[in-house]
Amino acid sequence: MSRKLASWDTAIILLTVLVLIIASLAVDNFGTSRNFTFMVLDLLPIILVALPMTFIIVTGEIDLSVASTLGLTSSLMGWFWNHGLSIETIIPLCIVIGAVAGAFNGFLITGLGLPSLAVTIGTLALYRGLALVVLGDSAVADFPFNYTGWVTGTLSWLPWLDGAVPNVLILIVVLALIFGVILHATPIGRSLYAIGANAQAAHFAGIRVARTKFWLYVVSGAVAGLVGVLWTLRYSSARADNGAGLELAVVAAVLLGGVSIFGGKGSLPGVLAGVVLLTALQNALRLEDVSGQALNIVTGALLVLSVLLPNVISSIRGNWQRRKLRQSAAS
Amino acid sequence: MAEAAALLEVHDVTKSFGAVAAVQGVSFPLYGGEAHALVGENGAGKSTIVKMLAGVHRPDTGTLRIEHTDVDFTGPADAKAAGIAVIYQEPTLFPDLSVAENIAMGNQPLTRLRQIDRPATHANAERLFQRLGVHLDPTRPARGLSIADQQLVEIAKALSSEARILIMDEPTAALSAVEVARLFAVVRSLRDEGAAILFISHRFEEITELCQRVTIMRDGKHVATELVADLTVDDMIRRMVGRDLSALFPKQEVAPGEVMLEVSGLTREGVFRDISFTVRAGEIVALAGLVGAGRSEVVQAVFGVDPYDSGTVRVRGRSLKRGSPRAAMAAGLALVPEDRRQQGLVMELSIERNVTLPRARKLARLGLLFGGAERKAALTWTQKLQTKLGSLADPVGTLSGGNQQKVVLAKWLSTSPQLLIVDEPTRGIDVGTKAEVHRLMSSLAADGLAVVMVSSELPEVLGMADRVVVLREGRVAAVLDRAEATEESVMYAAMGQGAA
Repeated sequence: MSRKLASWDTAIILLTVLVLIIASLAVDNFGTSRNFTFMVLDLLPIILVALPMTFIIVTGEIDLSVASTLGLTSSLMGWFWNHGLSIETIIPLCIVIGAVAGAFNGFLITGLGLPSLAVTIGTLALYRGLALVVLGDSAVADFPFNYTGWVTGTLSWLPWLDGAVPNVLILIVVLALIFGVILHATPIGRSLYAIGANAQAAHFAGIRVARTKFWLYVVSGAVAGLVGVLWTLRYSSARADNGAGLELAVVAAVLLGGVSIFGGKGSLPGVLAGVVLLTALQNALRLEDVSGQALNIVTGALLVLSVLLPNVISSIRGNWQRRKLRQSAAS
Repeated sequence: MAEAAALLEVHDVTKSFGAVAAVQGVSFPLYGGEAHALVGENGAGKSTIVKMLAGVHRPDTGTLRIEHTDVDFTGPADAKAAGIAVIYQEPTLFPDLSVAENIAMGNQPLTRLRQIDRPATHANAERLFQRLGVHLDPTRPARGLSIADQQLVEIAKALSSEARILIMDEPTAALSAVEVARLFAVVRSLRDEGAAILFISHRFEEITELCQRVTIMRDGKHVATELVADLTVDDMIRRMVGRDLSALFPKQEVAPGEVMLEVSGLTREGVFRDISFTVRAGEIVALAGLVGAGRSEVVQAVFGVDPYDSGTVRVRGRSLKRGSPRAAMAAGLALVPEDRRQQGLVMELSIERNVTLPRARKLARLGLLFGGAERKAALTWTQKLQTKLGSLADPVGTLSGGNQQKVVLAKWLSTSPQLLIVDEPTRGIDVGTKAEVHRLMSSLAADGLAVVMVSSELPEVLGMADRVVVLREGRVAAVLDRAEATEESVMYAAMGQGAA
């Protein structure tokens, strides 16, 4: 049964490839290098935030405050810039502030033992509120072009790819590799699954459950801070409402990728496929002039299916096995 | 006392869980107007009897009869309808409902508009409390009531459903002397009104005080049902434990080495107090005592999964950081915990991942775990312990209980400990695997491993241990050498019946 469930991420990877192929053939302009660049830029925030989110959900927790952390760092970036700090100072500062925001979540959750869902819904509002305090509803737009241009630009040292590979793809690939290796090939990764599946047994095995979770939130905050910077640079606009609602897209993608909301199950390749599938589907439908509401319907339906299907499959298999057991007991 | 008709009869009842026969052919009657004690060691099958009477379990064979009519309970509701009420050691009330609402739960009085009749609910509760002669405010929420008061609420609930058979599963374990006296007064008045009481307790003074008849069980079998007046406490204890030591324990004689573990004055408020003992290399020291005596809590504090308030734990003379399983592991300790499903294993994860979980960091090269390392380590140890399994990649939850226990042992033995703590190492596993586990522990000790064994099974304690530390209610009641330790001396110390 579990093997069948584990293959959910294989299924989602295959489905993603299938959708990409069909879309390239059937949808005009989908396969162009220009559209590819746009897709990667659309992917960027979801995929980066999804990396630590996968870790957190694997341990059975959740972080809904990520988009607000993004908004907060975006606002602060504008505020710092207006106050004359150099961009080279602002970027690391924003990442650190994101990490501090994450550490606050981590402290409430592991230090005080509060439920992560409640805590991060609270800080979702809190951080977004702080973002508004910092910048109000104004926007800061005059960031230096060599930075904004890098985020939206493509690799120039790969001329044979005709400027099709966006710079940020390098960032995505590097971070995804790092997170993937940690999750699937290190003792830390092993402990995350153990924590999510049975925190008590993990504690008895010498795993520092609270400390591990705390650092996951710090990392999640830091990545959200980084994404806040990238978001601001991409649109050349620091605003308090940047990234609003992103947390739901991220959680949707992670669950679609086969990570169990109850913890203990899931894989990073599955999550990456989940993100690509959602983004590609939306991109293709938009190219076909499908309305925004219809897009939401498709995303929502996919998410429900992703939660429903594995359960249906496993209950069918369970019934089947029980029937077989009963037959063998009868004979 | 009415010898006439039994209110309830347990007739030749058998119940097995998997390969383990928990209750085998047990029969005894319960008479109205009589309190009947059910005694036996841990694991003798008392709780299984209770659960069958409560409708939680169904007997495999045999029947339950109420007033000469066979009854077949398909669930607790049936048992309740038949007039059986069960008071557990820890009652399960709804904390946010009022006392009166808890009592009325399931058969609330209704007004004509089919609304719950609150005044009637409260009046009912008031009447019941008066009948029981207790003073409790029916309108207060159940949250914050003492265990004793919660039990009284449960008894009132039983009365409100007109139960005639009251089963009390170790109701006094968590009560003070005053509370016990109050409870007994209530139970006596119910008994005198004609109810049949089945009373389970490890305290003999309570049995002689309250009960007229006693049924003694051992290893799931019925030993005797007699009038309490005809037996002495000694008689009861002897019959409870007096089994032939048929199982062979392959204890090897080992000259003890240096002191590995030294626990002194270990105290955790309200759980255990002033616990001291030492374990030498090559020795097996057993922690014996009744369930709830604090044995598991002590070893969990030693290993660092639980905190403690004062005292010291020294490993080879060096004091061990408290509250850190990781420090304990680094000092060479390993703990095979009591609860395999919750503490020992991560059921959803593969056998391989479970075995290597505590030492994944040691198996990693440059911080990375390459496929082979974990598999090889897991293979080595599961083969050493002759674990029957399909594939190391299967979830550990698919194995039988005995093989799961071997996986837990493999998990901890693979850390090459110098001090192995095993908590109920053979609980719920079949006889063959039990013997294997005993052989393994014995040979490990012979190789110089220090072993601390918590066990509720007396033959195991007596057969394996060089020394027995008997705990009672969180304190060391006796430390017995192998020569001094007999079933009687251990049970005496565990139950606080005089000095051993």
